[in-house]
Amino acid sequence: MSGTMAAALRGSLVTLVKGLSGPRWQHLASRPLSLSSSLSGAEPPPARADATFKVTMVPGDGVGPELMTAVKEVFKAGDVPVEFEEFHLSEVQNMASEEKLEQVLTSMKNNKVAIKGKIHTPMEFKGELASYEMRLRRKLDLFANVVHVNSLPGYNTRHNNLDLVIIREQTEGEYSSLEHESVSGVIECLKIITREKSRRIAKFAFDYATKKGRNKVTAVHKANIMKLGDGLFLQSCAEVAQLYPKIKYENIIIDNCCMQLVQNPYQFDVLVMPNLYGNIIDNLAAGLVGGAGVVPGESYSAEYAVFETGARHPFAQAVGRNIANPTAMLLSAANMLRHLNLEYHSQMVSDAVKRVIKQGKVRTRDLGGYCTTGDFVHAIVENLTHPPLTAKQRL
Amino acid sequence: MAAPSAALSMSRVINPFWRGRVGNTVKVRQNATFMSYLGWSVDIMLQPPPAKYGGRHTVTLIPGDGIGPELLSHVREVFRFSCVPVDFEVVHVNSADETENDINNAITAIRRNGVALKGNIETNHNMMPSVKSRNNLLRTSLDLFANVMHCQSLPGVQTRHKNIDIMIIRENTEGEYSSLEHESVSGVVESLKIITRNNSFRIADYAFQLAREKGRRRVTAVHKANIMKLGDGLFLQCCREVASGYPDITFDSMIVDNTTMQLVSKPQQFDVMVMPNLYGNVVSNVCAGLVGGPGLVPGANYGRDYAVFETATRNTGKSIANRNIANPTAMLLASCMMLDHLKLHDHASSIRNAVLTTMNETRLHTADIGGQGTTSEVVQSVMRIIQSKGQLTAEL
Repeated sequence: MSGTMAAALRGSLVTLVKGLSGPRWQHLASRPLSLSSSLSGAEPPPARADATFKVTMVPGDGVGPELMTAVKEVFKAGDVPVEFEEFHLSEVQNMASEEKLEQVLTSMKNNKVAIKGKIHTPMEFKGELASYEMRLRRKLDLFANVVHVNSLPGYNTRHNNLDLVIIREQTEGEYSSLEHESVSGVIECLKIITREKSRRIAKFAFDYATKKGRNKVTAVHKANIMKLGDGLFLQSCAEVAQLYPKIKYENIIIDNCCMQLVQNPYQFDVLVMPNLYGNIIDNLAAGLVGGAGVVPGESYSAEYAVFETGARHPFAQAVGRNIANPTAMLLSAANMLRHLNLEYHSQMVSDAVKRVIKQGKVRTRDLGGYCTTGDFVHAIVENLTHPPLTAKQRL
Repeated sequence: MAAPSAALSMSRVINPFWRGRVGNTVKVRQNATFMSYLGWSVDIMLQPPPAKYGGRHTVTLIPGDGIGPELLSHVREVFRFSCVPVDFEVVHVNSADETENDINNAITAIRRNGVALKGNIETNHNMMPSVKSRNNLLRTSLDLFANVMHCQSLPGVQTRHKNIDIMIIRENTEGEYSSLEHESVSGVVESLKIITRNNSFRIADYAFQLAREKGRRRVTAVHKANIMKLGDGLFLQCCREVASGYPDITFDSMIVDNTTMQLVSKPQQFDVMVMPNLYGNVVSNVCAGLVGGPGLVPGANYGRDYAVFETATRNTGKSIANRNIANPTAMLLASCMMLDHLKLHDHASSIRNAVLTTMNETRLHTADIGGQGTTSEVVQSVMRIIQSKGQLTAEL
């Protein structure tokens, strides 16, 4: 009985995967011949009001709104030419609706760039498998999540001078929202790995490594157990690696990777992995340098970029207590400014944050200090007035 | 430790094989069974998506020799200033290197980014005959079959002829540039000129499509079929066949020697021109000369998957390198063509308008078109105009 079930399921899964991978990759391959500009459809003009960039802001739940206030304060003090369009989308505060989601999407279509807090997903099942967070991600096709784990000078942890990048596929894998009860008491969750998406994330990782001048990309997998699924991911990475002869390519099994990360994290440079492993490694690595409050993150599709914290936690128990650490969100905001070509302002914000942490006088509780979020933001604003560090000082 | 290094050397062995196949997908499709016989799935050969993330593009930048590096640094400066969402991956090609490592590296970089902006790489004639032109190697291995340039008179530039508006489409991968030459008997050298039906069809169809897109009326095929009856005859015949599918566009043909004479005496009679490789080289230089010289006209090389942008006449400009007198117009306009290709039309037109305004209204000219300005003065003027048009800009 169960044998035939499984066989049938396997069959349908294979067709599903085939259906996903085949035609769209074909389509990419036969991109129309580029004759001239006028042949290709025009893209909507970039949104810009007189010399300010518009950015979509989704504060989310928990301490998200407090972090956004910090960002706005610092931007205001630093005279950063960015204007926010704010949307409150939340599943736990009864502020989620299709309409709201549409508004966020429309705003994103115009602005292309967003800064976002975590939208909390309640654990209990209410008939909808995909959370708003997931749906936003899927609608915008934000396939790549980047977390740059970088030790903060001045704040000592077990491992100092860490510098590694974790790149995570975040539109398929275990997060497919495909779960069903095949027989009473038996639940099947489908993990989907497609060649198209695996190659896309692998190419993203190698492109990122090329752009940032890094030397090694390591694929993280569990292909010894999931021989077909993770095997496909691994094979895709190896294929893409051939386009990058100057970057070293390695692979490591997820369990070993976790152990190596806590024992000797310096051996890694850029890590690329499927969805769930990425989630775990992101959090593990954030813990290495000081926790969820200090590591910035970002998500990309071809068109859009969303800036957020590296480890996405709502941190609901801290709401209203003025104890949240805005470091991660501020560093993420600085990355956003760089993405918008505002190099000078980006440097100014990130230097101010790093200077305050290095001085060590003003720290929030999670870093062993006694200061409030407000004090910390105030200290950063004070430091903005200094000229940005020169390249030499920064080293 | 041993395992990864073994994997690495393995990929080195496979790499050249793979690289050689990717460009020519037509061949790959035919060879599908052969490939799967080798244990390669067919879609390995397919082109991965271009490097575009969060709306930012990565473009390969090949500075080349002579004036290339300075012109491209000006392009980067203008891009940075006008907040263009393009990042460059700079790949240097050393023209003195006899091995093909550098150029292969550049070609791989274009394969992953899809688009490149490039200065000309010098070809040293004194090197071994086995050392092929780097520029030609790049075009053929990426199968960039169509070279497109648009010669248009600029009102601000003094020239002998006014109102020239010619588009030249040149076959870029075969013909006289086949790199097939040998000494059959001592003292007798044979150079092979290759004309194929496939490539002639492809370029002719490209020319007619482009003519229709741009609202042009007439396509002229340039040939020498009175002498090369078979080779150029085939090219001409292919053009005729394609023309029959475009009844809205007039088709005529002209012999290359007559074409050059007509060009210098009455260039206004031409609209769109299509031709094989070497004639294209000659005719495009004549046309660029007619509108003011090599410093003014941008050029583009398009293939099915890749596009490379450069100045139309591909001069290295060694004699005027590093003297701040080269005309940046051609390279800046080439970068605008690139932005159009990336569908960043707003940025493209903003920079293009600023360049043309500097040429035609400010009339700040470099020495090659009879002015007194330096390269950096022209670039400064371009940036000032971009700023005055209210475009969002970074600090000067």
